[in-house]
Amino acid sequence: MAKHFLVVAEQSEGVLRKVSFEMLGEARRLAGSEGKVEAALLGSGVEPLAEQLAWHGADKVYVADDAALQLYSAEAYTTVLADLVKKIQPDVVFIGATTNGKDLAPRLATRLGVGLASDCTGFSVDGDGKLLITRPIYAGRAIETIKLKSTPQMATLRPNVFPPLEPDTSRKAEVEKIAVNVGPIRAKVVGFLKKEGEEIELTEADIIVSGGRGLGGPEGFEVLRELAKVLKAAVGASRAAVDAGWIDHSHQVGQTGKTVNPKLYIACGISGAAQHLAGMRTSKVIVAINKDPEAPIFKVADYGIVGDLYKIVPLLTKELQEVLRG
Amino acid sequence: MNIVVCVKQVPDTEIRIPVQNGRIVEEEIKQYVVNPYDEFAIEEALRIKERFGEGKVTLITVGPERAREALLTGLAMGADEAIHINDPALEGSDAFATARVLAAAIKKMPYDLILCGKQAVDQDNAQIGIALAELLDLPHVSVVTKLEIAEDKKSAKAEREVEGGKEVIETTLPAVITAQKGLNEPRYPSFKGIRMARQKPYTVWTLADLGLKPEEVAPQTEVVVINPPPERKAGRIIQGDPETAVKELVRLLREEAKVI
Ligand SMILES: Cc1cc2nc3c(=O)[nH]c(=O)nc-3n(C[C@H](O)[C@H](O)[C@H](O)COP(=O)(O)OP(=O)(O)OC[C@H]3O[C@@H](n4cnc5c(N)ncnc54)[C@H](O)[C@@H]3O)c2cc1C
Ligand SMILES: Nc1ncnc2c1ncn2[C@@H]1O[C@H](COP(=O)(O)O)[C@@H](O)[C@H]1O
Repeated sequence: MAKHFLVVAEQSEGVLRKVSFEMLGEARRLAGSEGKVEAALLGSGVEPLAEQLAWHGADKVYVADDAALQLYSAEAYTTVLADLVKKIQPDVVFIGATTNGKDLAPRLATRLGVGLASDCTGFSVDGDGKLLITRPIYAGRAIETIKLKSTPQMATLRPNVFPPLEPDTSRKAEVEKIAVNVGPIRAKVVGFLKKEGEEIELTEADIIVSGGRGLGGPEGFEVLRELAKVLKAAVGASRAAVDAGWIDHSHQVGQTGKTVNPKLYIACGISGAAQHLAGMRTSKVIVAINKDPEAPIFKVADYGIVGDLYKIVPLLTKELQEVLRG
Repeated sequence: MNIVVCVKQVPDTEIRIPVQNGRIVEEEIKQYVVNPYDEFAIEEALRIKERFGEGKVTLITVGPERAREALLTGLAMGADEAIHINDPALEGSDAFATARVLAAAIKKMPYDLILCGKQAVDQDNAQIGIALAELLDLPHVSVVTKLEIAEDKKSAKAEREVEGGKEVIETTLPAVITAQKGLNEPRYPSFKGIRMARQKPYTVWTLADLGLKPEEVAPQTEVVVINPPPERKAGRIIQGDPETAVKELVRLLREEAKVI
């Protein structure tokens, strides 16, 4: 069956990640009007966030609010969620396919003794009431549709794929506090090295401006950052640019980097190798700027400009500055 | 230190995946490689052994006969021995099944550290290392880009890449670590390494050797259909001098695509 959904919301420093709302939207759509969509919210001082989950489709929110959950820990979060799942026995559990969601879900599924579908991009309900789950495999070179035999059916959902519901601030949800008893933790967070000036997370970005070997050097990313600023975009990169040391690996898009799904992806000086396409080919609109008219990126781009990016990108920045201001 | 490295053989990342009639035509896949993330795991194991000047690196795989090549590559890089779990009952295994087989095998041997790749680039599950940790009741740290084993070998400090930065995690050992790109630069096997690989201990186990019945490791996923990815049509090249082209692009993005 797929009538009772548990969505594991994700927050970081008291802000809910977008994927939490995306999962609620998808659960709501699948559960139908008589179905039940519930959310779990873990952290410290997070109870006030519960109402936002209600606005986005949750009927009920289970809150585990405890100092022991301040920082994400696979062991602690697994214990709390396994107890909750055993108690409420949902048909389906959704977790975001974020770094921590992907860290948590396999541990939780294993504790519960069930299978797990990773990084899913589509769902429907089959004739027998079970979920038909679509997910890319081989870095997007094939797409499989699978079913899970065990219950609850557990899946992680790729961020930026599922549309959230329009928030309805008149919607209310019952809030139930759940007990937290996590025991000793063996792998503990002892520090965090924050990246400077990275406001927009690649996997959540609506717009990405991405650069490759065609930039010719690290200074190229300065030119791209100007454009990104105007568009409120995140900055991505090809592996060639990362390997050259022009930008940190956390910006890499592709098979060995991040998989992104923005509304707009602007590829500058990127040839469009299969491994790069693997990470961005599902973008809604792709723009390519490349001086080689034969570059494979033009085969997937919706719009292309053939030319020197050092000429085109600053012009684009200027034009957008004018147009978006007006 | 006894280090176990889980290795999977996967189709070459460059090739087209042959999809026909709702399934992958395995027979058409000719080139296989060691899963790239597992190369980082093997390299890290070798470096830890080299640093302490003692220890043993054991590779383990669950896979068909052809997976021998992947183990031989790892042995040629410098690993000490290999365990190959090969059983026809395991055809069609998913992450759920494979994790249980690996756990049963690893329970039979001594270990202080288990290294996996963060993800096998065929099924793209990114589950098995973490599932293994839970099955063996060990802590885990995933997507690790830096690993330091303490002098007393009882704990480790790891950095992992997360949204917005890097997290530093301290864990007791034994633990499972999953390797992310950036952890190290894997070495190429030397000629001597390649020559020696075939002389190193190589053990083949079946499910029966592990005391497992096929139904205990039955997959929990059922593949309904596999399709090629949706085609993306080539769009249009915007003509004209740079100024004109850029103006036209911005117009199209606003009025036609409506993305800005
Ligand atoms: C196992 C494996 C995993 C991989 N994973 C990834 C991955 O995750 N991500 C990834 O990106 N790659 C990955 N790769 C590498 C991939 O195969 C390509 O080598 C890489 O994507 C090429 O990067 P690029 O397009 O920036 O460089 P190139 O292919 O060198 O292309 C540079 C482009 O810039 C254009 N150019 C040059 N100067 C200018 C200019 N002034 N103005 C405009 N255009 C210009 C050129 O015409 C060319 O098309 C992987 C490879 C392997 C084997
Ligand atoms: N069949 C297998 N045999 C041995 N190790 C495996 C196997 N499949 C996956 N692994 C290990 O688990 C990691 C994650 O794989 P996966 O969960 O399948 O994406 C891989 O990088 C390997 O280290």
